[in-house]
Amino acid sequence: MRRNHDGLIDGVAIIAILLAAWQALFAYAGDVAITPPLATMRYLVTLLGSASFWPNVEATMLAFVEALVISTLLGVGLGLWLGLQRFAGDVAEPILAGLYTVPKVTLYPVILLLFGLNLSAKVAFGVIHGVIPIVLFTLIAVRNLPPVYRRAARTLRLTPWQTITTVLAPAVMPEIVSGLRIGFAVTFLGVLIGEMFASQRGLGFLVINGISSHNVRLTTAVTLLIVLFAVSANWLLLAFARHWSSQGRDRHELA
Amino acid sequence: MSRAAAVVWTRVAVIAGCVLALEIACRAGLINPLTLIPPSAMAAAMVELLLSGEINGDVAHTFLTVAIAFVAAVLVGFTLGAVLHGLRRVRRAIDPLLASYYAIPIFVFYPLLVAIFGLNNLPLIAIGFLAAVPAMVIATLLGLDRVPRVLRKTARMYRLGHVTTVLRIVLPAALPNLFGGIKLALAYSFIGVIAGEFILSSGGLGYGIAYAYDSFENRAMYGRMLFVLLVAIITNGILYTWEMRLNRRRGRM
Repeated sequence: MRRNHDGLIDGVAIIAILLAAWQALFAYAGDVAITPPLATMRYLVTLLGSASFWPNVEATMLAFVEALVISTLLGVGLGLWLGLQRFAGDVAEPILAGLYTVPKVTLYPVILLLFGLNLSAKVAFGVIHGVIPIVLFTLIAVRNLPPVYRRAARTLRLTPWQTITTVLAPAVMPEIVSGLRIGFAVTFLGVLIGEMFASQRGLGFLVINGISSHNVRLTTAVTLLIVLFAVSANWLLLAFARHWSSQGRDRHELA
Repeated sequence: MSRAAAVVWTRVAVIAGCVLALEIACRAGLINPLTLIPPSAMAAAMVELLLSGEINGDVAHTFLTVAIAFVAAVLVGFTLGAVLHGLRRVRRAIDPLLASYYAIPIFVFYPLLVAIFGLNNLPLIAIGFLAAVPAMVIATLLGLDRVPRVLRKTARMYRLGHVTTVLRIVLPAALPNLFGGIKLALAYSFIGVIAGEFILSSGGLGYGIAYAYDSFENRAMYGRMLFVLLVAIITNGILYTWEMRLNRRRGRM
């Protein structure tokens, strides 16, 4: 109880420090660079109340959800397969890790040339960002499973599909959720960057539009919205991962 | 042939096969040359750019920026991590912040940084630094957490001083995590700087690619792109091999 209490105080303190730092940044850089916290929140509320703002949110969310579904299916599928096929996994892992360190923004022109200036370019950009961490997390999770799990599955003569759905998937769930948390964040990042370069709509477009038209109020407010969305989604996934891994521990203790 | 060698050769074969398939698809006209030029043409363009010295300035500019951001991030990240490790309550309060840091697309702060520092090299250094520093902080915290308690006890039994304990016990024990942090810091600062150049800048490799794209100079664009890709992949490969060797040596101890 006491710990919870302390945690709450610390949380409030951190938020207060962040807000103070923001205010100080405003005092230092002035309103050509940033608007102060209170004014930004007020403007954000106005934005959220205006009808012309929502199509932008919708455009970003549509591309994001599409990209996230593709990255997840592709990433988890490929990760499970590479984790099970040890040799293929060993061959692929450093290649994937290498690709992860490539600055993917530079590939943007290729994506544009391949997909054109529309929704699918943003989606593709989100996918190339998000899919690799999901594959890597799943692969490593499957590879590090205690071998006894798979032996048990073989003893019970489970089909490959049954092995995946009843043994492997539940066992690697916590790591997959961690992978998804990273994948979620980078997919969102990918979609936003996609919108910043070549889009007529979306939150990324609003940010870049705000910059080029010196609309600091718009840029700061949309940035705040993006950060709030990213942080709260991340927090939810984190709580979900903790829930899963504590359940896993309980199961171990029972066994 | 040992299994490790088989893995490496298969990896080489897979990469070579992908490049070859791309080459054939381009040469056979399956891919429009306005979209993608064959890998051999990319390599030729890259060599040309390097030999003519056309991109030397850009390369030096970008590498210098990345180097400053990377070194600063490693030093600051390590120090912050070490200090946080000692302050339990502060660490517990900051943990959620660290955990969700990478969920924030840092690029959205680029215009803010430009407004603060001006349109020079500093915002780029700041972006590279901001992208890399939390990875180093997290790695340092994890590394220090994983120093086995028995090692600290041993140090106490030998009555080692503070400095000796840190140099001979704590740092070597935390090394794998620290190395992982350094590797990530390098990758992230490189990605941050190139992306910053690509979005809003007037020089460097990232800007060169964006400029070539805007002016439809496919060869110039793909030559630069290949260069950036190779630098990232080769650096990562070297660090990966080094890390493996380091871990193997520790495993033997």
